[in-house]
Amino acid sequence: MKHSASQATLTAERLHFRINGESYEIVAPVNKTLLEILREDLRLAGTKHGCELGECGTCTVLIDGEPVLSCLVLPIEVQGHEILTVEGLAEGDRPHELQIAFAELGAAQCGYCTPGMLMSSKALLDSNSQPNTEEIKEYLAGNLCRCTGYLQILEAVDAAAKKLHPNRQSGNGVDIWKSSARET
Amino acid sequence: MNRTNYSVVGRSLPRVDGIRKATGQAIYADDLTLPRMLYGKLLGSRRPHARIISIDTSKAKAMPGVEAIITGRDLPVKYGILPVSEDEYPLEIDRVRFVGDPIVAVAAVDEMTAEEAVRLIEVEYEDLPTSFEIEEGLAGVEETSRIHDYGPHDNVHKQINLEFGDLDSGFEAADQVFDNMYFYSGNNHLALEQHSAVAQYGADSRLTLWSSTQTPHYVHKALASVLKIPASRIRVIATPVGGGFGGKSDPFPHEFCAAKLSMVTGRPVKITLTREEVFYAHRGRHPVLMNVKLGVKNDGSITALDFQSFVDGGAYGSYGVASTYYTGALQTVTYKIPAYRFRGVRIFTNKPPCGPKRGHGTPQPRYALEIHLDRVADALGIDPATYRKSILVDEYSMTVNHMRVTSCGLDECIDKVSEGSNFNSLHGALPPGKGIGLAVGSYLSGAGLPIYWNKLPHTSVDLKIDRGGGVTAKCMQIDIGQGSDSVLAMTVAEILGIDPADVNLVCADTDTTPIDLGAYSSRVTFMMGNAAIEAAEKLRKKLFAAVVEELQISEGALLNGTERLHGANGQIVHEVNGVPTGKSFSFLRAVELAEAKFGQLSSTGSFTPQKLGGPYKGSGVGPTPAYSYSAAVAIVSVDLETGIVTPEKVWIAHDIGRAINPTLARGQIEGSVYMALGEIFMEEQAFRKGQLQFPSMLDYKTPTFLEMPLVESYLIETNDAEGPFGAKEVGQGPLLPIPPAIANAVYDAIGARIDELPITPEKVLAALALQEKGELPRVGPNTLPDYQWPVPIKIDPVWYDQPPEQWVETQRRDDSKC
Repeated sequence: MKHSASQATLTAERLHFRINGESYEIVAPVNKTLLEILREDLRLAGTKHGCELGECGTCTVLIDGEPVLSCLVLPIEVQGHEILTVEGLAEGDRPHELQIAFAELGAAQCGYCTPGMLMSSKALLDSNSQPNTEEIKEYLAGNLCRCTGYLQILEAVDAAAKKLHPNRQSGNGVDIWKSSARET
Repeated sequence: MNRTNYSVVGRSLPRVDGIRKATGQAIYADDLTLPRMLYGKLLGSRRPHARIISIDTSKAKAMPGVEAIITGRDLPVKYGILPVSEDEYPLEIDRVRFVGDPIVAVAAVDEMTAEEAVRLIEVEYEDLPTSFEIEEGLAGVEETSRIHDYGPHDNVHKQINLEFGDLDSGFEAADQVFDNMYFYSGNNHLALEQHSAVAQYGADSRLTLWSSTQTPHYVHKALASVLKIPASRIRVIATPVGGGFGGKSDPFPHEFCAAKLSMVTGRPVKITLTREEVFYAHRGRHPVLMNVKLGVKNDGSITALDFQSFVDGGAYGSYGVASTYYTGALQTVTYKIPAYRFRGVRIFTNKPPCGPKRGHGTPQPRYALEIHLDRVADALGIDPATYRKSILVDEYSMTVNHMRVTSCGLDECIDKVSEGSNFNSLHGALPPGKGIGLAVGSYLSGAGLPIYWNKLPHTSVDLKIDRGGGVTAKCMQIDIGQGSDSVLAMTVAEILGIDPADVNLVCADTDTTPIDLGAYSSRVTFMMGNAAIEAAEKLRKKLFAAVVEELQISEGALLNGTERLHGANGQIVHEVNGVPTGKSFSFLRAVELAEAKFGQLSSTGSFTPQKLGGPYKGSGVGPTPAYSYSAAVAIVSVDLETGIVTPEKVWIAHDIGRAINPTLARGQIEGSVYMALGEIFMEEQAFRKGQLQFPSMLDYKTPTFLEMPLVESYLIETNDAEGPFGAKEVGQGPLLPIPPAIANAVYDAIGARIDELPITPEKVLAALALQEKGELPRVGPNTLPDYQWPVPIKIDPVWYDQPPEQWVETQRRDDSKC
C-alpha cells in the first residue's frame, strides 16, 4: 500500500470483492469509496465520476443488480455482494446489446456519462423488459448527460430492449422514434 | 457537377469511437496512472479581491507525503488565450481577483494528503474594494482598486463602437422605432468530466502533458512560454474530452502546475479538479445586458439597428475581447440591415472568468434580437414566420458589416418548422396558458482568423497507406464528443473508396500530428474536412495512376470526363459515361502497384480560410467560410397558478450544408436544444459577495430526462460551395434559436414578456400580477448604464446586392472526376 500521512491513523483493512464475476482481495483504508477502490486500486477506470457527491449518476455501478452511486458507497458495505461495472457488461467478446445500441445510435457522444448510463439501463431492462418511454425516462432521470439531450439514449435503450426481447410490444406510441433526420 | 452518390458520406454509420466509449475502453485524462505518480491540488483564494500579504506553507511542507509546493513566484510569466489579454498567472503572485483564484499548488503521494496539505497553508490577505456588477466597473473605480491595470479606464476591459452605413438616415427613414432592454444570464458548461491533466517531465528534459483540452496547440504554446522550455521539448496530448462546450478551450492553471510540479519532483503529477473547482475555473457564458433599438418601415423592413452590449467578463480576459465582438457580429447575417451600429463594453468583475460557451457570445444577442422581432411582428400585425421570411438576407451576399454570406437555407428552415409544427395556424390561437414561438439563428463554420496572428494553415491532415491496406490519418483535432473522429474517418474513406473502419486515427498529439487549431468555433468539420479531402485526393491520384497503367485506360479519356475511375467499397471501378465497364481493381492491389511506382504512399492536405472581413479593427471576429442557419418552433404550457413553464415540443431545422453523418448531426442538434433549455429555464450562476451560491450539481439545476421534451429535427442540405462535400457546422448553431423561441412561446401563452434569463416561475407570476393590475406585463431590465461610449469608427457598408467577384469565381467543388 502506498504511503500516506493522512491515512496513517485510519484503519487499513483487508477487503474482498466480487466484481464482474471475479474475486479481488486488497488492503485499503476503510474510508475510501467504492469508486476510488474501483478506479485507483483495481484500475477499473471504466467507471467515471462527475461530482463525487452523489449528484450526477456518472459513477453508477450495480450491486446485486441494483444501481448505486459508487461515490457514496464504502467498500465495507459491499463485502460479499456482487458488483457489476461497465467492464463486466460484455459477455466474452460480445458487447451487451445496450453497449452496441449506445455505440450505434449516437447515445454516446463524449462518452463520459455512458458507463453509468449503461449500468442504470441494464438494471432497468433486467427488472422491466418492456419499459415504455415514460418508464425509461423515470428510471434514468438520476443520470445526467450534457451532450445528447437524452433522446438518442432513449432510442438506444428502446432498441436494446427490443433486441433482447424481440416479441416486445412497441412503446407508448410517443413519436420520439420518428425524426425526419433519422436514417430509415 | 457536384457528386451526391456518396458511398460513405450521408450514412448514419456508428461513430468510430462509440464502442470504445460504451465498453469503458476510452481512456480519459483522469483514468491515466503512471508509476510513482503524485497527485496535485490547488489552493484557491478565499477572497474576491485582495492583496496577498504573505503565504505560509511551512506546516504543509512538514507533512509526510508532501513532495512539493509551488507558488506564483515559481511561475512568474503571464499568459492568456488571446495575445491582447495575457493577464493571468498560473498561480497569482500578489493579488487575487475572484474567490477560487489559484495561489498555491501542492504535490503529494495521494489526493487526500494533498488536500490536507492545502488546508494547512495560511494566506494573509488585505482586502480590496470589490466590483461585482456591470455598473460598478464603468466609472468611479479608484486607480488602486482596479481589477487590472490595463484596459481603457476603471474596470473596463474592452470598449467597441462601430458604425456601418448611415444610422441617422436609417432611423429617419423608419416608420416605427422599437427600443427595448434584455438580459442574458451567465451559466456554466457543466461538462460531466472535470478538468484533468497528467504531466511527466522526464530525465531527458522532455515534458509530456496529457490533458482534457479542446485546444492542445494553444496549451502547447502557453506551456513553452510560461515554463520557459522550448516548445520542441514539450508534447501535449489531448485525451478524449468528456464534454467541452467551450469550457476546456483556455490553458488552465492546473495544466501549468502539474507540469511545474513534475519538473520540481521528477515524478509524474496528476491534477483533477473537483466539481466545485470546475465551477470556479468557469470560462462560461458571459452575462450580457443588451439594448436593441430597431427602425422599421410599416411593411416590417429594417432601416437601422442600434445594438448595445454590456458584457460581464469576470476576473480575467480569457476569450473576452472576442466574446464582446461576437455580441455584435452576427446580427446582420440573418436579416437585411442597411445601417448598423454596435457598441459593446466588457467589464472586469470579481467573479470567475467568463469565456466561450457553445455559441460563444452570439446566443445573448440572438436572444434579444429574436424577441425584439417578435415584438415588431406583433405590433405590425404580421405573423412572425412570414415577417422573418420577408426580411431575410440573400444567399451569396454581403452584409453591412462586411460579412460574406454564402449558402443560406434559412428560408427553407423556417418553412420546415412552420409546417411541422403547424405554426401559422396555432400562433395566437392556442388556449390561455399554451403558446407557440418561433426564432432563428446563425453560427460560424469556424472562425476566419486564428487566435494569434499568423498566415499559417488552420489545419492539416497527414495520410499514410500501409501495405495491408490500412490508412492512417493524423490530425491534431480532438474529438470532444462532437464526432470529429468520425468526420475524419468518413471523409478519408469516401475519397479513397474504402470502409471507414480501415482508417486508423492518430489525433490530438503535438509530437505526431500536424496542426489543427482545436475544437472551437465549430471549425473542425469544415476545415479539417477540406484538408482531409485534399490529402486523400492526392493519394487517390497516385492509386488511379497506377491502375490506369494496369487496366490500359487512356488518361485522356479520364481527363475529358467521359471515363472515370471511382473508388467505393474497397474497389476501384472503371466507368464510361457513368456505366461500370466491368473493369475493376481491389484497393489493396492498387496500393501495391502505387507503392511500387511512387514509393511510400503518404500525403498531406491543409486548409487556410481565404481572407475575409472588412477594413476595420475588430473585423476579424464574425467572418467564417460559411454560416450555418437554424430555425426553431417551441410549444410551451404555462401553469397560471404556479408559473411553471413546461416545454412540450420543439421543432428545429438546421442548414448543415450536408450531413456527413445524419445520426451524429441530429445528436448535435438535440444536444444544443437541451443545453439551451437548461439556460432559458434553470441554469444560472448566482453569487453572494463573489461566492457562487450553487457550486454543485445538486443546486445548479440542469435538465434531466424528465425535463427534456420531444424534438423534431430537420437537416437542411444546401450543399455549401466551399464546405467538404458541401458541409457546414452543426455543433453550436442549433442552440441559438431555442431561448428566444421559448420566450416568444411564453408571450404567446400569457401575453406577458419575460425579457431576461432564466424564465423562472417567480418571474412568470410577477408578469401575470402586473397584467392583472393593468400595468405593462413585462419582467426584464429597466435601466441601462449611462456609459460614455468612445468615438465611433465609421465604416462604409458593402451593399448586399453587389456580389463580390470572389463568389462569382467560386466554383462548386467538383470531386466527381479523378
